[in-house]
Amino acid sequence: MTTAALSPTTISKAALFEAQAVKTSARRNRLLSLPALTIIGIFGVLPLVIICVYSFLAAAPYGGVQWHFSTDAYLNFLFQRDIFDDTLQFTPDFLIIYLRSFLFAVVTTVICLLLGFPTAYFMATRPPAQRNWWVLLITIPFWSNLLVRTLAIMFIIRDEGLINNALIGLGVIDKPITMLYTNFAIQLGLLYAFLPFMVLPLYSSLEKLDFRLIEAAYDLYATRRQVLWRVIIPLSKPGIIAGCLLVFIPALGAYVTPLILGGGVHLMIGDLIAQQFGSGRNWPLGCAQALILMAAVLVALFFYVRNTSGKVQHG
Amino acid sequence: MAEPRIMDIKDQPGFRSIAIICLLVLYVPVLILMIFSLNSGSLVTHWEGVTLNWYGSAFLNEEFHAAAKNTLIISVTATIVSTICATLAAIGMTRVKPWRGLAAAFMVINLPLMVPEIITAVATLSFFALIAGAFGLNFGIGNLILAHTVFCIPFAYMPIRARLEDMDLTLEYAAADLYATPWNAFRRITLPLLVPGIMSGGALAFIVSFDDFTITQLVAGPGQTTLPLYIWNQIRRPMTPEINAISTILLMVSILFVSVSFLIARRRAK
Repeated sequence: MTTAALSPTTISKAALFEAQAVKTSARRNRLLSLPALTIIGIFGVLPLVIICVYSFLAAAPYGGVQWHFSTDAYLNFLFQRDIFDDTLQFTPDFLIIYLRSFLFAVVTTVICLLLGFPTAYFMATRPPAQRNWWVLLITIPFWSNLLVRTLAIMFIIRDEGLINNALIGLGVIDKPITMLYTNFAIQLGLLYAFLPFMVLPLYSSLEKLDFRLIEAAYDLYATRRQVLWRVIIPLSKPGIIAGCLLVFIPALGAYVTPLILGGGVHLMIGDLIAQQFGSGRNWPLGCAQALILMAAVLVALFFYVRNTSGKVQHG
Repeated sequence: MAEPRIMDIKDQPGFRSIAIICLLVLYVPVLILMIFSLNSGSLVTHWEGVTLNWYGSAFLNEEFHAAAKNTLIISVTATIVSTICATLAAIGMTRVKPWRGLAAAFMVINLPLMVPEIITAVATLSFFALIAGAFGLNFGIGNLILAHTVFCIPFAYMPIRARLEDMDLTLEYAAADLYATPWNAFRRITLPLLVPGIMSGGALAFIVSFDDFTITQLVAGPGQTTLPLYIWNQIRRPMTPEINAISTILLMVSILFVSVSFLIARRRAK
C-alpha cells in the first residue's frame, strides 16, 4: 500500500487491474467451475435423481425397471404381499438389517472414539518433529486400500489363520474357534477400517488446544481426571463430533467389510442394497433401500450442522 | 527448566499405551499380510521360508496384466481430468467476489464425499443402464472413467483450495503493479505457486481411483476387471501367497502416493 501510494501511475494501473478483475471475475469464475460442476452434475447428481425416480417404479423380472408408477418398493421394505389373498403382512427382515447396521455403526463409533481420543491427544502433545511422523503413520492406513486391509484381517481370524494356529500351537484350544463370517468379524473389520477416520479429525482439533488452559486448571487445584473431563474434552468437542460423523456414516453404509468378513451370511445395509441389483433383481427395492440409508445419513449430517453452528454462536 | 513441568501437565495416564496399541492394531495385520507374500510354501498360513517367486508369478500372470492395464487407464485418465477440473473450479471459487450460486456449487463439488459409496455405486449403475437402454449409449471403459472422475474431483479440489487460501495476495498485486496483464499474473505468479497443491490433489485423486472397489464392482462390465476386482475374484478361489504379493504391490502404491502428497503438504506448512 505504501509503495503504491508513491506513484500515481501504479495506483491507476492497480486500480484498473482491480476494476477489470471485478468486472470480468463473476462471469469468468463461474465459467472456470463449469467443467467440474458439469461432470458431477451429469454423472453424480443426475444418477441420484434417477434412483429417486426408480424407487417409484415397478421391477422388471430380470433386473431393471418397468415404467409405471408403483409404491411397491417402499411397501416391500416393511411388508410382504401374500401370494394368495393379496394382503400385506408385516415382515421386519429388512428393518432388522437396518437396525443391526445401526448398532454396528454405533459400537464402531464408540470404540473408535475410546481408542482414538487418547491416541490423538498423545500425538498432539508430542514435540513437532515426532508429531509429523505420527500423523504420517495414521494417514497411511487412512488412504490405504480398504479391500486389502480387510483381507489382512481375514487372514488373521480364519480357522487356519494366525490366531487359531497360535492358540492350537500353544495348546490353549484343540479345535479352531470360528471367527470369520460372524458378527464379531464384521465388528472387528469395521473398527480396523475406520479407526484412522476418528484419529485424524480429533488430532487436528486437539493440535489447536491452548495448553495454558490446562495449566490454569491445575493452578486451580483440578485433578488430572478433572482436567481431562472438564477442560480437554469440552474444548475438543468439534473434533469429537467431526470424528464420530466420519466414522458413523461410512460404517453405516459399509459394503466391503461385511462382504468379506460376513461371508454373505451376516448382512449390512450396503450388501442388502447391492443384492437387489445382483441376485435379488429388484432394482426399485434397491433404490428405495438406498434412499432410506441416504435419509439416515442426512439426519446425521443435520445434527452435525446444528451442533457446529450452535458452537460458533456460543463461542 | 520449565519445560519438563509443562510436558508433565500435558500428560494423561495410559494415553501413551493406547496410542501404541492403536498403531500396532493398524499395522500388524497388514505387515503379516506382506510378510506372507514372501512365503515359499504354497499355503497362505504356514510359513516355510523366504522367496520372491510369488511376485514373479504375479508379474507373469496375464490376468494380472490385464487388470493392471485397466486400472492404470482408468485411474490415470480420471486423475488428469479430475485434477484439471478441480484446479479450474478452485481458482473460480476461492478468494473471489461471491458469485450467485457459489455456495450451491461448493455443495455440488463436495457431494461425492457425503453420499455413501454404495449409494453412488447403485445410482451410477442405474444411470448407465438407463442411457444404454434409452439411447444405446455405452462408453465401455469410459463408464468407469466417468464414475471415477466424479468422486476424484472433491479429493483433488481440497488441497488445491487449501493452497489457494494460504497464498499471499500481495504477490499478485505486485505483479499487477509491474504492468502484468491478469493472464500473465496468473500464469507467472499464481500458477507456479499453486503447483504443490495441484500435485498433492492429483496424488490423492490417483489413490482413491486406484483403490476403488465398491463403485467399480457395480459399474464394471465384462472384461473391465481392475486390480481390486481381480483380488476379489481371487479370494473366492483357493488362495496362494500370490494374492499376498499382489495386495502388497497395491499397498506400496498407496503408501508411495500418500507419502508424496503428505510431504508436499508439509513443505507448504513450513
